[in-house]
Amino acid sequence: MIRLPLVLLFSAFLFSTGIYGVLARRNAVMVLMAIELLLNAVNVNLIAFAAELQDITGVVFALFVIAVAAAEVGIGLAIVILLFRNRASINVDEVDLLKW
Amino acid sequence: MNAHEYAFVVVATIGSIAAVAVVTARNVVHAALYLVVTLAAVGMTFLLLGAEFVGWVQILIYVGAIVILFLFGLMLTKAPIGRDTLDYQNRAVGAVVAVVVAIGLGSLILQAWPLASTPAAPSAPGGSDVLGSALFNTYVLPFEAVSFVLLAALIGAIVLARRDEGT
Repeated sequence: MIRLPLVLLFSAFLFSTGIYGVLARRNAVMVLMAIELLLNAVNVNLIAFAAELQDITGVVFALFVIAVAAAEVGIGLAIVILLFRNRASINVDEVDLLKW
Repeated sequence: MNAHEYAFVVVATIGSIAAVAVVTARNVVHAALYLVVTLAAVGMTFLLLGAEFVGWVQILIYVGAIVILFLFGLMLTKAPIGRDTLDYQNRAVGAVVAVVVAIGLGSLILQAWPLASTPAAPSAPGGSDVLGSALFNTYVLPFEAVSFVLLAALIGAIVLARRDEGT
């Protein structure tokens, strides 16, 4: 089957791409997409180690991560739509109402 | 290298290229469509690793539901097109951070598991029979907690996105 470091390198690449997306994007929906990349990198790691250790726990937790990611996207997009309705813009750097 | 590894390398390369396209695309809808390719590649990775159930859940939930949700979000908030409005002007800092993280993680991984001397892992125990019995015996409490989180998120999203009718 597949050697562990190959899968881990793919996951590390996805994770750093997601970090770049979170840091570089202004549009809130694009930031949410980059967060999905981060969560997927975590899932790849969980499944890879479930295969390496022959333990079902990694697979179960990957399922939980998927469920929490779905909840996060639902709430996140509701907030984004609310933001757009109130401010007519979803650039994350223009939302500074709570900034001291 | 065996057939599984060749297939994985092809899938991972496609997924990585699409992931880079997600964070650099000038058009938000194109970014969402590149995200489909990346998520499908991750799902294929799960299938190749042997975790069948999670692989198909990934394709159904992510490609089928979450990307559609993203597209709805994009359609409801008209976003300008072009990198100057979608990105910060000092995105080079973000690129530096991402490259440092990639090099750090990559060198750590290759130090811990050298590519030449690591034996191939067996496939993951991911059939729906094993997964179902683990989920509903050992992990039934976290499972109920996750379903409660999903319910709360559902109600929260409706309450947040609902227009106030002045009542």
